[in-house]
Amino acid sequence: MPLHPRPGLSIGEFTLVEPLRAGGMATLWRVSHPRQAFPLLAKLPHVGYGEDVSRIVSFEVERMLMPSLSGPHVPRFVASGEVDDQPWIVMEFVSGETLLSLLDASPLPPERVAALGALAALALDDLHRQHVVHLDVKPGNLLVHADAQGRERIVLLDFGLSHHAHLPDLLAEQFRVPMGTAPYIAPEQVLGVRNDPRSDLFALGATLYYLATGETPFGAPTSDSGLKRRFYRAPVPPRALQPGIPRWLQEIILRCLEVDPDARYPTAAQLAFDLQHPEQVALTERAERTRDDGAFDAVKRWLRGFRLDAEELRAKRARDEARPPLIVVAVDLKQGDGALDAALLDVVRRIVETTAHARLACVTVLRTPRIGMETNIDAEGRNRHVKRLVALRHWARPLALPEHRVTYHVLESTDVAQAIIDYARNNAIDHIVMGARGVTGVRRLLGSVSARVVAEANCTTTVVRAARHGSDQEP
Amino acid sequence: MPAGRSADLALSCRHVHCEPAFEMRIGLLADLHANREATEACVEALRDAGCARHVFLGDLVGYGADPAWVVEFVRGEVESGAVAVLGNHDAAAIGRLGASAMHARAEAAIAWTSRQLDDDQRAFLASLPLDVREDDRLYVHANAWAPGDWAYVGTPLAAARSLAATDARLTFCGHVHEPALYHAQNATAHHFEPRAGMPIPLSGTRRWLAIPGSCGQPRDRNPAAACAWFDAGTSTLAFLRVPYDHERAAAKIRAAGLPPAFADRLLAGT
Repeated sequence: MPLHPRPGLSIGEFTLVEPLRAGGMATLWRVSHPRQAFPLLAKLPHVGYGEDVSRIVSFEVERMLMPSLSGPHVPRFVASGEVDDQPWIVMEFVSGETLLSLLDASPLPPERVAALGALAALALDDLHRQHVVHLDVKPGNLLVHADAQGRERIVLLDFGLSHHAHLPDLLAEQFRVPMGTAPYIAPEQVLGVRNDPRSDLFALGATLYYLATGETPFGAPTSDSGLKRRFYRAPVPPRALQPGIPRWLQEIILRCLEVDPDARYPTAAQLAFDLQHPEQVALTERAERTRDDGAFDAVKRWLRGFRLDAEELRAKRARDEARPPLIVVAVDLKQGDGALDAALLDVVRRIVETTAHARLACVTVLRTPRIGMETNIDAEGRNRHVKRLVALRHWARPLALPEHRVTYHVLESTDVAQAIIDYARNNAIDHIVMGARGVTGVRRLLGSVSARVVAEANCTTTVVRAARHGSDQEP
Repeated sequence: MPAGRSADLALSCRHVHCEPAFEMRIGLLADLHANREATEACVEALRDAGCARHVFLGDLVGYGADPAWVVEFVRGEVESGAVAVLGNHDAAAIGRLGASAMHARAEAAIAWTSRQLDDDQRAFLASLPLDVREDDRLYVHANAWAPGDWAYVGTPLAAARSLAATDARLTFCGHVHEPALYHAQNATAHHFEPRAGMPIPLSGTRRWLAIPGSCGQPRDRNPAAACAWFDAGTSTLAFLRVPYDHERAAAKIRAAGLPPAFADRLLAGT
């Protein structure tokens, strides 16, 4: 007999407080627990007679997966169980609104779309690093939460369709029909591929398209052939619907919506990076599309012999688990040691040349005075900034990297180490490469920048030294 | 959870993932094959993982150089609450299995093994049951449909057959040396190749068959010993790989005059 939830009812060690909302698949309740201080939410899926069996398996998937997830971009898992025949999950209640609440106001300003997209991409990157593909990214599953300091982040909801690379995939084996949400589902997911994180980038691209234009890129198909239309018909370019959308945003959205996963961003972190650095997005013909030339596109694709093969894609993903990294090289333009510069370039070259799709961000920090901040915004300040940018480009020129693989950033800060650490964290950087400062009076006075970055950055850090064989003397 | 305890609660609460209940964590060891070094390493790893007791899923002996030590160790564990079931190599060592039922090389080791065991140790092997039922779990060496016929559960089809032969929700077995996890919701079972160290919540709405992999003679090209733990409180299973001094175990096989191929297999994990 199905359970009838009501306030005061106990499930496990928890007590139902009040219903929050009833969704299509489950009822959500606020619950309390005598020993838990943070707000809690219980999810009770509909398991009554006649419910779709895939929904029940979906909930099983969520129960299996959630205990393995952690970090700020997922609700904290607390407990799960079954009462009579009613399964339940209790998790942290995260306050905020989902992007669903913004759809009525769409089209949103491009800057807001990019900001939300970057937050969502950073959340997905965190999930992907935990070996999980969400597979149901859509406005209703992206919750915007503001922390106590007012900083926004996106928390991902509903892992009922998700795939964990290290856990049994209950859905893949039991169901042969496409599982996802029609307006957002990636082409390879329509074919049943469930192990490609780039499927989430397609769905996020469809979400950003909707937010930026007020329309979904592929409508809301209900038939199998309707779902497959996205294999051969490119969406109407966003700028054809909203001329105010900048080229860089169209470039980013259409790259997410590429049919071939290899043509999309290789990682969510790289997508977040572009959304946070619009001025450095390498524009292609995608940015220039102005009209619905989908049919033409389909013919081009057909001529190139492109086709999606589910088995091939699945196997390729299983082989190729390494994620293409985002690398930062922190360059100290003021240090005059040519040998150290050469050594730094050499290490960076080795990393970017051996890793396909790796992207390099060249960063230098312009130290600003601690007091009198306003004086930086004068003409001289801007001039210094531009000079540094020019010097940085010059520094990286020997690497001969194509435009879409390298970007340049002059950070301004009173604290060099902190600027590098924050930059790495905010951009989901995988690897920082930097030179060791020589043993000089300055270092003795200020402490080592690299030592602090090594200690405090949340990613791999390589500190490069110039080899000085045959001499252990200070210069 | 025993059936009687939930009956008097209005709302029974099954498979609750709350705090880890270490006293409910069981270490699973299969196919120890007279490998003392592997057994000691696995037992230590399982103790570190919080296992309070062990289940030995058969084949304590055969192939390896320390049958007496392994049997003695397991006997001590059983006396303090562990469970052990009989494997085909154990049956052969006490003369219960016809020679034709063994691979030729395995058979060569049986006579030697038998001579290493004293009467008490042989009597202990003779006392082992083919299967043991504990709550919603079945422990058996080979399979549930005919435990004494020693057919392997090496395919989803065989896993489905075994699951159909018992009403236990969870089956833990050995015999097959590669770690594997099968799950079924109806007549079809699906295979999953587990990743070591990843805890897997075993959903209560389907049935599972888990093979921890061989402790004493791994065959998946990884010489590290295999074992697993199951937490009955949270219904969570984790597969482990434990590196051990397999060179020493191999050297002892050679020194004992056993077929050198047994030693080579330990080095290559085949």
